[in-house]
Amino acid sequence: MTLGDGWEMVVGLEVHTELKTKTKMFCGCANSFGAEPNTNVCPICLGLPGSLPVLNVRAVELAMAIGTALHSTISPSTFHRKNYFYPDMPKDFQISQYDLPINVGGYLDLPDGSRVSIERAHLEEDTGKSTHLGGSGRIHGADRSLVDYNRSGVPLVEIVSGPDIRSSDQARAYAAELRGILIATGASDGRMEEGSMRIDANVSVRRAGEPFGTRCEIKNLNSLRSLGRAIEFEAARQVELLEGGGTVRQETRHWDENVGTTSTLRVKEDADDYRYFREPDLVDLVPDREWQDRVAAGLAPMPAERRAVLTQRLTDPAPALLDALEVVIDLGLDPFVLAALDGGVESELAIARAANEIAGDLDELSNLSVESYVATLLMEQSGELSATQAKTVLAEILAHGGDPVSIAKSKGFERLASGALGEVVDELIEENPDEWSRYRSGDEKLAQFFVGQVMKLTKGQANGKDVIAELQARR
Amino acid sequence: MRSVRDTARDVQNGDESALSVVEESLAQIRARNEELHVFLYVDEDGARAAANALDERIARGETVGALAGVPVALKDNLCQTGIPTTCSSKILEGWRPPYNATVVDRLLGAGAVPVGKTNLDEFAMGSSTENSAFGPTRNPLCTSRVPGGSSGGSAAAVAADMAPLALGSDTGGSIRQPAALCGLIGVKPSYGLVSRYGLIAFASSLDQIGPLTKTVTDAAMALEAIAGHDPLDSTSLPEPSPSLVAHVDDGVAGRRVGVVRELIDGADEDVVASVERAVEVLRDAGATIVELSVPEFRLGLSAYYLIAPAEASSNLARFDGVRYGLRVDAGDVTAMMEATRTAGFGEEVKRRIMLGTYALSAGYYDAYYGQALKVRTLTIDAFRRAYQEADLLIGATTPSVAFEFGSKTADPMAMYLSDVFTIPSNLSGEPAISVPFGTGEAGLPVGVQLLGPGRSEARLFAGARVLEIADGRP
Repeated sequence: MTLGDGWEMVVGLEVHTELKTKTKMFCGCANSFGAEPNTNVCPICLGLPGSLPVLNVRAVELAMAIGTALHSTISPSTFHRKNYFYPDMPKDFQISQYDLPINVGGYLDLPDGSRVSIERAHLEEDTGKSTHLGGSGRIHGADRSLVDYNRSGVPLVEIVSGPDIRSSDQARAYAAELRGILIATGASDGRMEEGSMRIDANVSVRRAGEPFGTRCEIKNLNSLRSLGRAIEFEAARQVELLEGGGTVRQETRHWDENVGTTSTLRVKEDADDYRYFREPDLVDLVPDREWQDRVAAGLAPMPAERRAVLTQRLTDPAPALLDALEVVIDLGLDPFVLAALDGGVESELAIARAANEIAGDLDELSNLSVESYVATLLMEQSGELSATQAKTVLAEILAHGGDPVSIAKSKGFERLASGALGEVVDELIEENPDEWSRYRSGDEKLAQFFVGQVMKLTKGQANGKDVIAELQARR
Repeated sequence: MRSVRDTARDVQNGDESALSVVEESLAQIRARNEELHVFLYVDEDGARAAANALDERIARGETVGALAGVPVALKDNLCQTGIPTTCSSKILEGWRPPYNATVVDRLLGAGAVPVGKTNLDEFAMGSSTENSAFGPTRNPLCTSRVPGGSSGGSAAAVAADMAPLALGSDTGGSIRQPAALCGLIGVKPSYGLVSRYGLIAFASSLDQIGPLTKTVTDAAMALEAIAGHDPLDSTSLPEPSPSLVAHVDDGVAGRRVGVVRELIDGADEDVVASVERAVEVLRDAGATIVELSVPEFRLGLSAYYLIAPAEASSNLARFDGVRYGLRVDAGDVTAMMEATRTAGFGEEVKRRIMLGTYALSAGYYDAYYGQALKVRTLTIDAFRRAYQEADLLIGATTPSVAFEFGSKTADPMAMYLSDVFTIPSNLSGEPAISVPFGTGEAGLPVGVQLLGPGRSEARLFAGARVLEIADGRP
């Protein structure tokens, strides 16, 4: 979408990601999603009087890993208290980093070749979660409010980009690439739907070449789709406002996914004065060179590097294939694809089965070895298994383990003799004269009709390619 | 009541049962608590059960800890599992901590027997215990006067022979000042020597827990038991507990003692006279006396009354009625928090929350909180320079002996000045001890203060012991 008449949007993103640590940031409680409310709590994450925080070293390491991947400078840092009253925040202050964050500067290169600068990536603790019953569903006017403190004290890293983003597509690409990096570093599972990655977008508009306009911050965008739509809407709203002679008021806005609009949450004048000051219960965090090197050395390859390695192996980098490749990269299935390519499987098949079949059943990934994956695909490629049969075999291995050859055998997946297939094809041609004549006169779509009918009759034992060969021989 | 040392020895040897020691303590509490208002809660059953358990272990021939059978009074800002903990505030009404402070665990591990929780100025904010929401504590030495504060209940408990040992907390002098006013030893350890886990925070960067006792040796025994690294407190020093008792009689021969003008000027004549005599005692014991001036100490009070309230404004935010303690219902959650805090906090606490909130506010931070931090750095540097010329410093603990009830409540500044000599050590995080030496007006005890560099507790105890002997308590 373009804003028209020389307008451009200026966007910076603040991405909050929950760190995938075993325990919370300042106590030993489990950091896990979906437990019964208020079961993963203790005096520390409930902020009981007299309790004190002790920093989780693993959270620091994951923050350093993120910083390293974003080319940040890992710096001596401190923790501050951000003071404001809210019932889901048990101490009525949040421990965060302020003027001395652990990761300073950096950048993220996007697949389209553009670069977005990173201002900082700092550590902070998450709050609990409020549910407001009755009234508007917001805190004021609710009949009752319930608070679940399971999330209280879960470690977060907030990654703040520079105001370098100029389109909603670029914003989505940035968030997607960042998500890939967070997964690759092991810092996050990237599950936006579970809130483990939340995005605030700072949006302003200007005519090209002019100074930045007044920005509005849109809070809590929980999917890439919302992110794109919210930015589009907000930029258009601001342009309309300015073209009508109005001015943009600096404010925090709420995105309503159902209506597709943003609305005022609070204006700048009402903003809290957070009264930041050094958290006296924690000591300075000064990661030494040796620690930084250890974190850097333990870092897995980032998506950009893996994308380069995989694309290089593609004979035909068609757009659909590249999309599937992103799924492979996102889910870390590169070893399967690379092994299949090494074993002589065509790139399309090597990627498709990973991006579809494996991706559909990730929870059981440990049942599937790289060797079994390659073997199954080779059986499919040689015609020993039909596509349907190969998918069934993969699903079976993912569900229960086992090797492809014996599974194929136990399921009775034996290739039809070519004579037998020919008989089936002849039979079908006879029964469907109209379709056959349309196929003969060049309507290639009808090939799929015949393949489908053959599959039905042979209960999936036929190989699609063999069927087409038989059809062509009779054309 | 006998000393910590004698009690523990007799109990360990089986010469006396822990139960009989504890019964003696409980009897004294029953006899005098109504009059003095020392304890907010007495855990008779818990204390007896602990004493019985200890006696059984001794009967089985098991080794028991260094504080075996010693009744201990805990300031009511220290958490003890299942025991009401109020900070002398209505806002914590009904709250019972589900956990022990580290110091409580360590006392229990050493065989000490907690007998109850003592009165304090609400959230440890005050110097007379008059700010308690539950009424003041009387000074056992003169019941028309205050015991000092904020650990006034802990000081009175020991002075009134209800327990030979009490723990207090010292943010700006809250152990040393009441120790001085009640004729006791009071120790503010090096910051980080004693874990703060389970101490309900007033000002986290200044708070330290320490003992109040009748003798130097008792204080050394208690501090040894509670000190040492605690992984639950990130500001806890990494070293294990220091050896203190073994050095109590090391004396001061060869030590350079700095007499600091700013820690004496402004004190009453009787107090000044005691400090001067204490200096002579140390000189006679072989110390070299150096006259020092540390002008930065004069700025300490102002800096303290910005830093401490600033931290307090944040530390006390959690008392909002949502999770525990008092809740005053109102229209919505914001109104509920406001109504709860309005009803739950006393005047002094509100005054400090407002001061601290203001000092941290946008536009005022640099002029107030930021400036106070600079003064704090100046104070630390000034101490460092002083310790190039002296091994320990001497001055008064507090400007006067125990004062009458109500004499300073109308004027917060007059009350704040009670802490003028004790505050510098909190700002620097270095240790100091108050030791009774001589008497002043109305025959009341005077506290002399010894200060030393970080982790010099053994040196301070040795100096205090010299004064204790000279004062007629061999």
